[in-house]
Amino acid sequence: MKYVGESFKRVDGVKKATGTLKYVDDLKPTRFLHASVKRSPHAHARILNINVNEAKKLKGVKAVITGREFSGAKCCKRVGLYLEDKTFLAVEKVIYVGEAVAAVAAETKEIADEAVKLIEVEYEILPKVINARKALDKDAPLVHPNLANYKYAPIFFPEPNTNISNHFKLRKGDVEKGFEEADLIVENEFFVPHIQHAPIENHSAIAQIDADGALTVWASCQSPYAVRQALSVAFDIPLNKLRVISPAIGGGFGSKAGTTLEGIIIPLAMRTNGRAVKLTYSREDEFVSSFVRQALFAKMKTGVRKDGKILAMKNEFIWDGGAFTEYGVNIVKAGGYASTGPYEVGNVWTDSICAYTNHPVGGPYRGFGMSEIQFGIEQNLDIIADKLGIDKIEIRRTNALKAGSYTSMGEKLDMCGLIDCLDVVVNEMDFNKKEKSSSPNKARGKGLACVFKAPSMPTNVASSAIIKLNEDGTAHLLVTAQDMGQGSDTVLTQIAAEVLSIHPDKITIKTGDTDHTPYEWQTVASRTTYCAGNSVKSACEDVKKQLLELAQIKIGMYKRDLELRDGYVVSKIYPDKKLPISELALGLTLEDGSGIHGPIIGRGVFIPPNIRNVDKETGLGEKPVVFWTFGSQGVEIEVDIETGQIRVLEVVSCFDVGKVVNPQLIEGQVEGGIVQGIGSALFEELIIEGGEVKNKSFVDYKIPTADDMPKMTIRFVENPEETGPFGARAIAEVCMVAAAPAIANALYDAVGIRINTMPLTAERVLKAIKEKNK
Amino acid sequence: MSKVKHKISFVLNYEKTEHYVKPNTTLLNMLREDFDLTGAKEGCGAGECGACTTLFNNKAVNACLVLAIEVDKAEIITIEGLSKGRELDELQESFIDNAALQCGYCTPGMIMSAKALLNRNSKPTENEIKEAISGNLCRCTGYKKIVEAISSVATRNDKKESMNAQKGGDTE
Repeated sequence: MKYVGESFKRVDGVKKATGTLKYVDDLKPTRFLHASVKRSPHAHARILNINVNEAKKLKGVKAVITGREFSGAKCCKRVGLYLEDKTFLAVEKVIYVGEAVAAVAAETKEIADEAVKLIEVEYEILPKVINARKALDKDAPLVHPNLANYKYAPIFFPEPNTNISNHFKLRKGDVEKGFEEADLIVENEFFVPHIQHAPIENHSAIAQIDADGALTVWASCQSPYAVRQALSVAFDIPLNKLRVISPAIGGGFGSKAGTTLEGIIIPLAMRTNGRAVKLTYSREDEFVSSFVRQALFAKMKTGVRKDGKILAMKNEFIWDGGAFTEYGVNIVKAGGYASTGPYEVGNVWTDSICAYTNHPVGGPYRGFGMSEIQFGIEQNLDIIADKLGIDKIEIRRTNALKAGSYTSMGEKLDMCGLIDCLDVVVNEMDFNKKEKSSSPNKARGKGLACVFKAPSMPTNVASSAIIKLNEDGTAHLLVTAQDMGQGSDTVLTQIAAEVLSIHPDKITIKTGDTDHTPYEWQTVASRTTYCAGNSVKSACEDVKKQLLELAQIKIGMYKRDLELRDGYVVSKIYPDKKLPISELALGLTLEDGSGIHGPIIGRGVFIPPNIRNVDKETGLGEKPVVFWTFGSQGVEIEVDIETGQIRVLEVVSCFDVGKVVNPQLIEGQVEGGIVQGIGSALFEELIIEGGEVKNKSFVDYKIPTADDMPKMTIRFVENPEETGPFGARAIAEVCMVAAAPAIANALYDAVGIRINTMPLTAERVLKAIKEKNK
Repeated sequence: MSKVKHKISFVLNYEKTEHYVKPNTTLLNMLREDFDLTGAKEGCGAGECGACTTLFNNKAVNACLVLAIEVDKAEIITIEGLSKGRELDELQESFIDNAALQCGYCTPGMIMSAKALLNRNSKPTENEIKEAISGNLCRCTGYKKIVEAISSVATRNDKKESMNAQKGGDTE
């Protein structure tokens, strides 16, 4: 292969390095207005009255709206990706601190902010639900009393008149029999708190309504088509009158999947006589009012044989889904079906429950449930190995999924590179060698985790691509897969270049405009190289087919004997017989001057093949997901015994990605995932008290800096994914998952303590060390 | 809130500039709103993320914490001032070559911090590089390739210097 597998420079590199790429907040439509939002100070309260009179009177204010105005109207209907439980503005009551209650559009940001202060809201405080486990109590106040009337995809199981928005069940084999046969049963509880994505770009959106009623929304969003669909439902606007543009995304990690703030400004834009309205979140808004990662309480019971073979697993997961779980219900499902980790277990019983609370809105976060559950799974495995006196690597080898084994959902794997990856990591970091610490006050330890992840998406999600060949043999590639930093623009260009056999520099990729780029479900689920990649490959094959069809007439050889090579259609037999593709770009002109065919435009579509819904009662299925990416990660840490501070010294990771399309970019993506994982493992945690987020700035919520970066060794195994473009599968999310459990296991190796609550802060570590030494 | 605007004279990306600003306008807002220099980004508005890093008399500052009136008689260089047409600064080239950028939102600030570092220390160590960018948050890259990108420019500086020294030796 010529272009796939090579480290081409990012196609968006120059624009990003020169600061000339325009993100949403950089856009300034003519005479645009600034929006500001009145937010709820209460976690749960009925709205009695909203007085906007003073705000409306302020000079420069052009529109004021409240959610109450839309109650029962055609506007502001409940929306949601999987469960339609969300309104963009609170209607009758507020259900979390920071929920939008009213909004203002004004000539300047200062005036809009001033006007918001003048809005008076009268509340009647309601009892709040601020603990996900207590949310399940019979007498718990209901966050969504009308849950019974909400629409939802039939693969989810909300329980009306409770706070349960999804109860996923996995029932495989006979779990009690498994425990009876076990030589050892280990049961532990783990807690993973809320964290926030913290992309450096805060959410931003602009809405403008033309005189003919057509709505244009510019949004920093991962999913222009999913946003268009949700807005169409919420505001009753036909899709042909609704255009969503995502010009660039300054980091997403799931926070910009689906909708967030778009629906707040549309009702404003409906009242500004055609003037655009822009809303950009502050960092505080980002922490409080956009998605957060759901917290998880997990109870895990594992039964094993003396030789370390896992016989049974019983799990209870309670997820703190927050005020709306339109997206979160699917994380709960994903966490539930993957609840054995990457191991073969015959008997499994899992209840994965999504609880509504009066907390910030839980949503997709890189890892989509895997980071949260694996924190417990991988620690439990080390605990078992210790109790049985078995090597930690051996117990993983014994239980690892392999070619021919069955996953938790009963799907037979044709291929599985997990043990290959494990071997690479163990060898690369000399796992069993104990290193000396740098001082007597410090202890070193090594830990390891095996992880897996499948794209968590509905069975029938679609992708498409269009490629237009230009008169000079260059091409334009149109997709709506969004590059939010992961490098998809470059990778998709390389895939196109490979099929068309033209240099990537000759292809310009255009993304993110629902009026002009073809359908893509969403840029989520680590699915872009695979799904969008397949549609791009197919579009290019369509171009190739058309070119060979025409070339055979001109060259006078059968198309089966022709191929594309470096911008030419070339005879495989007589290489000097060739025709530049530029000559065919607009069709073929025959000897007599007549033309046939017309411009070469390739069309490619893709739906993951043969994925079927699981059984509703058992969660089992023959082909529930498109594929799994397996991998392993080892870490070495040093713990300061006097302060409790953990420093990650080295990380070695290896994943079976099928095919590396761009070695430099995938390495960077994994490095980023590792460091993001380290942040969540060591210090990231939203402190929520009484429903209110207390640490809503980068001073109080630390994310990793350059100083937190460990030595990183990134390796890959390439067992091709049969249905993937050139064998590629996924990497984006799974590379973040192993950090926390691997570090927790290394902590035990270093100082012999187990901490069941993330993050492993210096305070918690020091406390545990002191307790151990008592 | 005073609405009186004050006149400031300064050099912006090598051009002499006169401008009228309100006393409470930040340098960042002036650059982004009045001059449409949107390379500097607002990630926090409180000096915590570094996305708005700009050169103020050759030193890196968070433009969100500097008042526009403070730049009177000063020299300001933004990311847009680093490249000349299609000719990029060596740091910009190096960030591209080393894949030291992903979403690109922290990149202008990151490059400006690196630029300030290399202006005062053309051969920084890895630790000095990490320290110089410690106020610039990046959520995508894990920082490794950023440090490598800056290091490789520093190494080139080092080589250039030793080559010049050698040349100097030859002519003597």
